[in-house]
Amino acid sequence: MSIRLAEIAGGKGEWLRAAGPEADIAISTRVRLARNLANFPFHNRLSPEQAQALVDFVENKIRRALNNQNLILQRLSDLDQTDRQILLERHIISREMAESTKPCAVAFDREETIGIMIAEEDHLRIQAMRSGLDIGKAWERVNALDDLLESEMDFAFSSKYGYLTACPTNAGTGMRASIMLHLPGLVMTKHIEKVYNTVSQMNLAVRGLYGEGTQAHGDFFQVSNQITLGKDEQTTVREVDAVARTVVEYERRSRRWLREKGAPKLLDKISRDLGILKNAFIITSQEALGLLSSIRLGVNLGLIKGLEIETVNELFLASQPAHIQARHGGELSTEERNAIRANTLRAALQPASIG
Amino acid sequence: MLCQNCNKKPATIHLTEIINEEEKREVHLCEECAKEKGLHYKTHFSIQDLLGNLINMPQGAESAQETPKPCPECGISYDDFRTRGRFGCKNDYRVFAGQLEPLFDKIHHARRHTGKVPRRASENLARDEVLLDLKERLSEAINNEDYEKAAELRDQIGRMEGNR
Repeated sequence: MSIRLAEIAGGKGEWLRAAGPEADIAISTRVRLARNLANFPFHNRLSPEQAQALVDFVENKIRRALNNQNLILQRLSDLDQTDRQILLERHIISREMAESTKPCAVAFDREETIGIMIAEEDHLRIQAMRSGLDIGKAWERVNALDDLLESEMDFAFSSKYGYLTACPTNAGTGMRASIMLHLPGLVMTKHIEKVYNTVSQMNLAVRGLYGEGTQAHGDFFQVSNQITLGKDEQTTVREVDAVARTVVEYERRSRRWLREKGAPKLLDKISRDLGILKNAFIITSQEALGLLSSIRLGVNLGLIKGLEIETVNELFLASQPAHIQARHGGELSTEERNAIRANTLRAALQPASIG
Repeated sequence: MLCQNCNKKPATIHLTEIINEEEKREVHLCEECAKEKGLHYKTHFSIQDLLGNLINMPQGAESAQETPKPCPECGISYDDFRTRGRFGCKNDYRVFAGQLEPLFDKIHHARRHTGKVPRRASENLARDEVLLDLKERLSEAINNEDYEKAAELRDQIGRMEGNR
């Protein structure tokens, strides 16, 4: 493991701060733009040599165009599996990139507010992250970044199909605006299915914590736009924002209902879940995710005292396998990880109590 | 909600069993228990599956034309694209244009970009626009078996591309 990555694993991303709008329900917002260079074939047709040339080229341009943004430039070939996993768990790189065997790289700032994946499915995946529900600001940031990069290179673009991407589902704006929502109220009141169906009907996607094809775990859901052609960026920003706000409102109603009508059951569940986390000596990441979700709800409803939401947000990350290894400073077996995870959670949750 | 079978894992599979016309029963299981009970169904699908299905949909009247030639730039054939769901280079958007429009209708319910335009691209766009239009008219001419017109258009396209 590299020293730098271990340091990053211990750091706090801006998007974890729970400081943005609606941050009790909306964890984070990210807007990404898919871009390809006009003078290279798309990623799946790049030879390893071409991929390396692409990485070299873009790295140089980033150093020039973004030299004041204080970016960390990291080649994936210099990282071992745990390091890659840390970046994946922090959503700095995609699963595809974590598993890529071709040369590829990533640039990001220490606060984790912007990131540029180089040689992913598209040549560039430019993204901006914010805490809470803040799509407009994230779009402004990523749009400005795109302008800076564009002044240094020619992107594949046609007036008809817009930005040309490797997958036809991204053609046009190449933009994906997504909000990560924590919806335990809708899950507990069994309304989540309805939300799922409604959101899908509006041509928006609901996905799990780690994007495409992953299941929702720990009551986390991502809402994002599907359509990138025939709708401009501002319209998409407005639409995703409106839908996310509606879902947030329904989650609030569910929480109110739970407090009023389901109070004894809710208190029992949150109290038991806290009890497990404060007393367990072995815990899997899956179990931790589910229990922490309940704790997060408890803190937001004022049922748990002595614990900050920011701490809970950090514990979600600290419970992930690579983050445990980073903290411990080396490779661990699953059993060892489950024991360390339980220790970390026990220690962090001691000040928390039902109040 | 916990799985009704093992009471340990969160239930991710929710079924409504219809016992008779009046009686229904909700069943909530975790993935493992559902598998044990022999319930085989997809809990989620990837965008690739979906895309594969869309691209392989029965061909509509619009795409009843011949399969296009492979892309001269990256060498990818339309079949390659259909199986992978990924283009090989930017040129594919033109080479497979006839096939793409119905596909875009299905994915995006639209055929034309209306968003951001990179500042640098605008100078090349006017010429690209004309080229694209010529190519559309060319395939139209071929479809209508108007070979004289087609030859004329082909030469015109050749001249413009030669000036690049």
